[in-house]
Amino acid sequence: MATSTTKAQAGGAGRRGPSRTPGGDGTGRRRGALLHRLDVKGAPYAFVAPFFVVFAAFSFYPLLYTSWISLHRVELATLDVMEWVALDNYIELWNDSRFWNALGNTITIGIISTVPQLLMALGLAHLLNYRMRGSLFFRVASLVPYATSVGAAALVFTMIFERDFGMINWGLGLVGIDPVDWEADKWPAQLAISTIVIWRWTGYNALLYLAAMQAVPADRYEAAAIDGASRWKQFTHVTVPGIRSTIVFTIVLSTIGATQLFGEPLIFGQGPNGVTGGADNQYQTLGLLLYEEGWKNYQMGRSATVAWAMFLLLVLVFVAQRLIKRLRSRTS
Amino acid sequence: MTTESLPVRTDAPAGTASKKTASKTPFARGGRRMLSQGAGRQHHAGPLAYVLLAITAILSIFPLYWTMVAASTDNTRVSQTPPPFLPGPNLFSNLARAWDEAAMGKAMINSTIVAGVIALSTVMFATLAGFAFAKLRFKGRNVLLMLVIGTMMVPPQLGVVPLFMMMSELGWSQELPAVIFPTLVSAVGVFFMRQYLSEALPDELVEAGRMDGAHSLRIFWSIVLPVARPAMAVIFMITFVHAWNDFFWPFVVLDMTNPTVPVALTQLSAGYIRDQSLIMAGALLGTLPLLVMFVVFGRQIVSGIMAGAVKG
Repeated sequence: MATSTTKAQAGGAGRRGPSRTPGGDGTGRRRGALLHRLDVKGAPYAFVAPFFVVFAAFSFYPLLYTSWISLHRVELATLDVMEWVALDNYIELWNDSRFWNALGNTITIGIISTVPQLLMALGLAHLLNYRMRGSLFFRVASLVPYATSVGAAALVFTMIFERDFGMINWGLGLVGIDPVDWEADKWPAQLAISTIVIWRWTGYNALLYLAAMQAVPADRYEAAAIDGASRWKQFTHVTVPGIRSTIVFTIVLSTIGATQLFGEPLIFGQGPNGVTGGADNQYQTLGLLLYEEGWKNYQMGRSATVAWAMFLLLVLVFVAQRLIKRLRSRTS
Repeated sequence: MTTESLPVRTDAPAGTASKKTASKTPFARGGRRMLSQGAGRQHHAGPLAYVLLAITAILSIFPLYWTMVAASTDNTRVSQTPPPFLPGPNLFSNLARAWDEAAMGKAMINSTIVAGVIALSTVMFATLAGFAFAKLRFKGRNVLLMLVIGTMMVPPQLGVVPLFMMMSELGWSQELPAVIFPTLVSAVGVFFMRQYLSEALPDELVEAGRMDGAHSLRIFWSIVLPVARPAMAVIFMITFVHAWNDFFWPFVVLDMTNPTVPVALTQLSAGYIRDQSLIMAGALLGTLPLLVMFVVFGRQIVSGIMAGAVKG
């Protein structure tokens, strides 16, 4: 429905044109001038309207409506029956140990997957920035994981981390380490899931860093070299400060991604059965909890409450980041 | 991880961002420019750099290679130690079985439709809006542009409950429109196109069109579109990748009778199919179209991602 209205608008903008008669009699000219003014004033809005209409209908409205639903008891089977429960869902969530567990898991997996990922991306970008043969090959190769869907990537890594015949345990066995139960134990499971995230996103972030590195003015390096700075000093004192806003940008993106983490743990935990995040919820994230409440326990109201908790978490992270930034700029 | 993300500058006013990318707009003149690094500061790579890069390349490609290996053997061989490292003889028969038995055939067709429609509409609306934001003067332009940027910060997962209710009301649950409609536009696409056009499209060209009496849509069609084509290609490919791989929402709203590729892949992991090589064949099948795209258009995708990156 949303798009049909916007199409009508865009079509309207188009129809105005041909009907305009250039030159000719006076009324025609006046009408032409009027239509021209209409076109110049109206067309920009018609051009940007589709974006806002679709966003309002399918993103903004649902986001707001989520908060309304979270104040109700709604069951999956009877979506049109909403019973007002005020803040009950929030209170229950606050007292629910599964929520705190999922929150903790989301944060730990978020840290284990994001920090090494961005550090490795930085190193990889530095390497890719060398003048060399086959640079296109190395760039495309590091982007290959980005082209792999969560589903496929998680399936392969589930096999590689398999307890009995997986490649990792086989490799560990070669160097005399006992096999690890990558699924059943908490930290190994979180590490394995983080590995999938790291594998998929490191190359992509490296390319973002690389683009930024190439925009750092060459004279800064020359000045540093004249001052006798070593390659490492140049990297930490010229390159890293030079690409600071890119680094902030990737941190923001990765943080949003980390709070939403869903597909990797789900498939690692054997598909639709995996929404509990393992037998002891040892790797259940907030994303999985949201799905479990809504589509396994049929409690849409509680599901919406989890969504708001996720949103709050994001807001908190960014407020904290702002505060740290402000404190830092004050000290320096 | 499903939040769509073309890399663009979001942390600074639009004006400064475009200035920094000003001298770049590299893929306008073909990706090659981007890759032949002009600045004189680059050192030549030493042997160590090559070794490290080779290791990275192997780590990046190995899981997919091994997917292929596992998909080409049979169930007993996959579950033996040491694991197989060389391809077996069953690749094509396993792929064919995955196409039929694991519902991958239907999923591939569905994903092609979904990703194709989403990518096309994203390109169209991003170019329209990007042109307006870059070259047309209208009241509230900056506010609206900031709104576009702000929407990037809203993870789509948060609205999933009402969205699901909306779709069942419309009778679209388990249908492809439920997946297509919410993603018809992309803020990153709009912003990317705006950045691109403000550099690549000279104001005089638009003015000249106005002088000739062309109306806005005509200017868009005959003047903007030809200039925007390289950026449109980049937005198309990156949106296609994201739509093909999008997971959370399709998983919520679709079921196994009518899945997209990632949804069908979850079923493979659910234990109904005990044949590991078949599972791997499904995973390979679902990735193949994107891999082909990356092999053919790797240069354009790489330079597109880099061209849109935050610089500074």
